Amino acid sequence: MFRPMLDPGAPAGAPLRFTFDGVVMTARAGDTVAAALLANGVAVNRETPVSGAPRGAYCMMGVCFECLVVIDGVGNRQGCLVPLEDGMRIETQHGARQAEFREGIEA
Amino acid sequence: MNRIDDVAALRDAYDLAVVGAGPAGLAAAATASELGLSVLLADENPTPGGQIYRSVTTTPIQRRAVLGEDYWAGQAVVDRCERSSADYAARTTVWTVGRTELVAGGEGFEVGVSAGGQARLVDARRVILATGALERPMPIPGWTLPGVMTAGAAQIALKSSGLVPEGRVVLAGCGPLLYLLASQLEAAGANIVAVLDTSDRRHALAAAAAVPDFLRSPYLAKGLRLVLNVRRKLRFRGGVTGLRAEGDGRVQRVVVERGAARETLACDMLLLHQGVIPNPNMTSAVGCEQAWDDEQRCWTPRLDAWFGASVPGIAIAGDGAGIGGAESAALRGEVAALDAAHRIGRIDEAERDRRAAPVRSALQKSMRGRRFLDLMYRPAPAFLAPQDPSTIVCRCEEVTAGQLRETTRRLGVQGPNQMKTFLRCGMGPCQGRLCGSTVTEIIAEVRGVSPAEVGAYRLRPPVKPITLGELANLPKTDAAIKAVCR
Repeated sequence: MFRPMLDPGAPAGAPLRFTFDGVVMTARAGDTVAAALLANGVAVNRETPVSGAPRGAYCMMGVCFECLVVIDGVGNRQGCLVPLEDGMRIETQHGARQAEFREGIEA
Repeated sequence: MNRIDDVAALRDAYDLAVVGAGPAGLAAAATASELGLSVLLADENPTPGGQIYRSVTTTPIQRRAVLGEDYWAGQAVVDRCERSSADYAARTTVWTVGRTELVAGGEGFEVGVSAGGQARLVDARRVILATGALERPMPIPGWTLPGVMTAGAAQIALKSSGLVPEGRVVLAGCGPLLYLLASQLEAAGANIVAVLDTSDRRHALAAAAAVPDFLRSPYLAKGLRLVLNVRRKLRFRGGVTGLRAEGDGRVQRVVVERGAARETLACDMLLLHQGVIPNPNMTSAVGCEQAWDDEQRCWTPRLDAWFGASVPGIAIAGDGAGIGGAESAALRGEVAALDAAHRIGRIDEAERDRRAAPVRSALQKSMRGRRFLDLMYRPAPAFLAPQDPSTIVCRCEEVTAGQLRETTRRLGVQGPNQMKTFLRCGMGPCQGRLCGSTVTEIIAEVRGVSPAEVGAYRLRPPVKPITLGELANLPKTDAAIKAVCR
């Protein structure tokens, strides 16, 4: 999707490691989660709750909510507003959230 | 500027809360705190600058020519605020601003902030909303395919991460920012296979009346240079009347119509842009009256000479007050902050007016030529209200142009709020940000009336999602507890 611009003067820091749907990836410290995914060729980060259509980041400025992902188990995070951290576990957000029924909780 | 990452570290009360750390918010916060006000500057992004000066303090890009000197001018705006004593809450979402009786006495506002999963309410005597603009939605068939993004999104990736779109890139739409982005991406090494211009040539005539003013404008030389550069270096196609993105699971080609002619361009990324409009979510949700601006083709808040909104105590500065560009935004922020300082009693009226005079004259100069751009690049009707019935308008709830027209016609729908109850448009997570203007345009077109008569989505707090847990954990007043506990 995106690649780093060729800029010999650009500061090169140690990259951050993270996983997307279990696949190990790396990105520049300072990237947002959405930018890190784009730089790793990830075109699709969520499926819509209505039809299950695949979607990818669209506005990158917190407006469109297309970059929603699950980060460290928490869903509905706007990837473009969350700075990437080393070791983050990022997952595709699949469709609508299903209610979980647990033993011992009465309706 | 004191950077605060934890909402618990914020003060209980401020003289002034500024929402948004773009040029308007930074200038407002700096001006107010230089005059002795206690200021909270809250912004949801990791670094200051807003979108126009995005990541100006942290960008990995070293070759200054790629982004141009107008971008680097943002450093001075950030630096001024950096030297001030304002509290700067980064990565902090403001989800509500409501009138309240202040703990310290008197009328004011309670400002709901959220950061790192913790929400909190903070008091402010006055509020300046500097929530800026968003790119006007450009709904075409296939615009929801992965690989289709806004031109601004690519610019953000470039500014903040030094990233360039890969493969064959097509840019489509109209307006000065489209040419600027084409030029920046080209300088950054992107493979731009076409720039498709959807400007409506009929608008040139209407814009002619604004030419004398434009000839004295700072935009003229820059704009001409940009347009010539884009036309000389890139494959430029004018007079585009229809666009369709196609592909299997992601964009692979763009079908381009120019009148009766049709061609298909293979591409890996399609970047859309047709100008910017004020982001109405926060200003509307707070209750500030909006008016339809037919020349900018968008809603703008009703404001007085000091950018004061219809809600007393709230001012709106920057592009959120009506599109004026980065330079105007900072100047508007300064004017609004001077008034805030006066109302709070830090400076008298004469002092406010004396300080504001040079700012106002700079503001007037910076706005020169704006009207020509507004008229010249007003999007063509076919791109404001898409004709192909299969075009998705509400991306969240997947509501199409065909459904909207049909429902307006058959059920006699009068406006966007009524439409929500039938189709759920505007009720997804983006809260109508990406469909509001299109839904209004389509209903207006079918009813044969002005968008002014159709109205806009009624917006309510929270303007950004926060978790139930955060709400539940908010500290409660005795009155609030008594209201629900027996």
